[in-house]
Amino acid sequence: MRNVTIIGAGPAGLAAAIAARDAGAHVLLLERAKELGGILNQCIHNGFGLYRFREELTGPEYAGRFIDGLHDIDIRTDTMVLEISSGSVTAVNPKDGLFTVTSDAVILAMGCRERTRGAIGVPGDRPAGVFTAGAAQRYMNIEGLRIGKRAVILGSGDIGLIMARRMTLEGAEVAACVELMPYSSGLNRNIVQCLHDFDIPLYLSHTVTRIIGRSRLEAVEVAEVGPDRKPVPGTEFRIDCDTLLLSVGLIPENELTRAAGIAIDPHTNGPVVYDDMETTQKGVYACGNVVQVHDLVDFVSDEGERAGRAAASGQPEGAYTEVQPGSGVGYVVPQRIRHEGAEDTVTLFFRVRKPCRKGSLVVYDGEREVLRKKRLYMTPGEMEKLPISRELASTAETLTVTMEEDT
Amino acid sequence: MKQELICIVCPSGCRITVEDGQVTDNGCKRGEVYALKEVTNPTRVLTTTVRLTGAEPVRLPVKTERDIPKGLLFSAMRQLDAVTVAAPVRRGDVVLRDVCGTGVSVIACRDVG
Amino acid sequence: MRYDCIIIGGGVIGCATAYTLAHCQLRTLLVEAENDVAMGTTRANSAIVHAGYDAIPGSAMARTNIRGNELMESLCRRLDVRFERIGSLVLGFSEDDLSTLKKLYERGIKNGVRGLALLDREQTLEKEPNLAANVTGSLYAPTTGIVDPWGLALAMAQVAARNGVEFAFSSPVTAITRKENGFFVTAGGQTYDTRTVVNAAGVYSDIIHGMIGGDSFHITPDRGAYYVLDKSQGKLVSHVIFQCPTEKGKGVLVSSTVHGNLIVGPDAVPQTDRADVAATAESLDYIRRTALLSVPGINFRENIRNFAGIRARGTPDFIIGPSPVDPRFINLAGIQSPGLTAAPAIAQEAAAWLRMAGLKLEERDDFIDGRTHIEFRRQPREVQARMIRENPAYGRVICRCETITEGEILDALHAPLPPRTVDGVKRRCGTGMGRCQGGFCGPRVHEILARELGVAMWEIEKDRPGSQIALGETKEADV
Repeated sequence: MRNVTIIGAGPAGLAAAIAARDAGAHVLLLERAKELGGILNQCIHNGFGLYRFREELTGPEYAGRFIDGLHDIDIRTDTMVLEISSGSVTAVNPKDGLFTVTSDAVILAMGCRERTRGAIGVPGDRPAGVFTAGAAQRYMNIEGLRIGKRAVILGSGDIGLIMARRMTLEGAEVAACVELMPYSSGLNRNIVQCLHDFDIPLYLSHTVTRIIGRSRLEAVEVAEVGPDRKPVPGTEFRIDCDTLLLSVGLIPENELTRAAGIAIDPHTNGPVVYDDMETTQKGVYACGNVVQVHDLVDFVSDEGERAGRAAASGQPEGAYTEVQPGSGVGYVVPQRIRHEGAEDTVTLFFRVRKPCRKGSLVVYDGEREVLRKKRLYMTPGEMEKLPISRELASTAETLTVTMEEDT
Repeated sequence: MKQELICIVCPSGCRITVEDGQVTDNGCKRGEVYALKEVTNPTRVLTTTVRLTGAEPVRLPVKTERDIPKGLLFSAMRQLDAVTVAAPVRRGDVVLRDVCGTGVSVIACRDVG
Repeated sequence: MRYDCIIIGGGVIGCATAYTLAHCQLRTLLVEAENDVAMGTTRANSAIVHAGYDAIPGSAMARTNIRGNELMESLCRRLDVRFERIGSLVLGFSEDDLSTLKKLYERGIKNGVRGLALLDREQTLEKEPNLAANVTGSLYAPTTGIVDPWGLALAMAQVAARNGVEFAFSSPVTAITRKENGFFVTAGGQTYDTRTVVNAAGVYSDIIHGMIGGDSFHITPDRGAYYVLDKSQGKLVSHVIFQCPTEKGKGVLVSSTVHGNLIVGPDAVPQTDRADVAATAESLDYIRRTALLSVPGINFRENIRNFAGIRARGTPDFIIGPSPVDPRFINLAGIQSPGLTAAPAIAQEAAAWLRMAGLKLEERDDFIDGRTHIEFRRQPREVQARMIRENPAYGRVICRCETITEGEILDALHAPLPPRTVDGVKRRCGTGMGRCQGGFCGPRVHEILARELGVAMWEIEKDRPGSQIALGETKEADV
């Protein structure tokens, strides 16, 4: 019986834990919070589980479905992993102290973190009242605190839109949603139900150029941006507000992964993985947002199950085909397809670089076209799936996934 | 009165116009159905939190069992402001019946305690 | 209650003075306008311990820089403050630059700086392979160091407090009246009686001096902005990298920090507002362009934070000495660069002036020096394990990016001069200084503070008064 240690009990880790146990492994699940569920605990809105459960669940309900199934799994909460190295995991918690666990397999399911003000370099003062959207969500939904009366949201991705609605329902005024790109990366449904429903203006091709306020935020300066995404001088205007939410991107949380020397794909900022979710380090697997930032938790659970099954059984080394993003595509996961594997079909997950109404996904092996599929309505905000037969993939040394726009 | 809206039924996101019960610029029948409902009786599911006592978390995530009229969202929030739930509580437990006279219950979204 | 000395200002100069005076049998009070020490220039500077070749020979700057540099290493060891003597290079890119470097070299020799050397291009690039290829030479100073500036100020203040120096925070000085044998100082609504005053009020020191009618110097606030980059950039250079100084100052530097980050900056923008510490787009752009001239490989996409600080520019030299108006009023003013380096030496000179003004500075034999500052993340695993066994709070990691535990936060709350704000915890423990900039630990630190201070979550401030993070609870009837 193989031992599997899983780092993180959010949706990825929960799914991996159940799958690994069902596949016959002994599972230890480590979670840094006091509760299981990860980020789902603060995602109190619905829309989760449409594919998996054919229902629209809230985040906590979705997590609950998995938490209910955790029998015969060792769980340690309030536990932070400090280090992973060659199959051993070192962690701390107040009760057990510092401990090291050696297992046959480790599954990384640490999720992701939010891009900060520093990462986008917004000039100005440094007052209270500037939050990343996720931190604001935690304050409101977990701590039960009001964080502001009048807010501006920077970033029209789904998290920003969700928080615009959340703050409005809890009695705040959301003065504007400001988006750098000429399009929103959020779902239409969220644009309608989070912005239109409450008459919150959306400023596309705009950004926040200055933060104003010595102790608490007093206002932001917003300006139009040009095609180079840089502020256009003279277009600045002031919006009075006491809260600024930053919803400007998520980054896979790979401190432990990097420290362990595991290869990271610069396109995803996540580990390079095989189709069975093993990383380049034998016995270490990864799944969920730590590999690539997902839009749908249903796919996170799928990935977790793949990792759990593979970790429970182990995989012999073998030949593989490398997969890389090409023209029009930002990244592809998995970055390696094994020539030998349990499933005949492997699904490639990727994002296109810009929106495209009508186009084709074309996979090349060098100059040779290997696969072509028409697609409608591709956009960077929605992860794409492309199934490819393992046999076909194995004929190539390197596969390049591209997107061609119809003219 | 003319109303313009974005259809959310599929990724096309058609910009639909509704005037005097007539729907135009919809890409399909589902869009027509959605658009008519949105202008005559728009409804939403409300998700929020309520006060929780007797456990470490101080807020309990809740949702309306079904969608309720969009115009009642803020009244529903106000009604829920007054609700305090005591742990233990299970997913699906009713925390408020018949919110704003809609006949729809508000239920707990997680187990606590 | 009559004080022997009131120190006005809790920056590194005021704290160093408090630490020095704490060695003696004196009743000392430090009054600080803000709610914590190190809230002004001290918390927003380059954190460099300069070698001493910049200062004009014979000046107070030169004298205190050299002496401060000598004292800094052992002081930091005693106080368990991070300090690293990493050395520095002033880069030259032209013939003019090389002759400037030669001048600095000669100046340094005159000032008594040890180990100085002029390097040619090959030698320079050998020491620092990531420098711009068009560098033509450099001045190498092995005695330059980097330090934790707010940690140093706090440590000195904590030892001073432990040894009887009193601290009054949120106490801006509003009036000083001269009287026979001393002064009445009104600060934070209280009036104190003191024999002497030390004016270490940073950018406000001319205003403070003006309260007794002094007008011998005027402070111009110079604002300087910075980038702090992710630790992945921290090893780009292993020395402090300077460019040739101009009339505006020492110029834009690139250096690792004692926390492993890369710091880039500052510029120098004179302003009239003494409290404006916004980092402007123009400043940040200028700093970025200028820094890339020294180290072209800096990846600014790895920026994690920008900030700005103000330096108090007065006369070209430090103002250290009794006011012309009253010999019992000691000015420590216009302490711009190399003020941080010079702080221990300036404090010693302040003490000497106080002795001249009639204070009896008798060393007490019950002075308890030194401080241990436990950092969980720096301990070997066996020590970490033992720490948690003895105190389970060390087993709960609060700041994931920097591996900082609840035990350390509680230590800070139980130490002298405990924090009351989220940033106060940050300055003492390091929470929120990592790449997620407090996104994860912020709410957790906030919770711990509210719990330990026994106040509601919406009373906790981020930093300065009025910087409450939350307004109240959700579900309150009147929003």
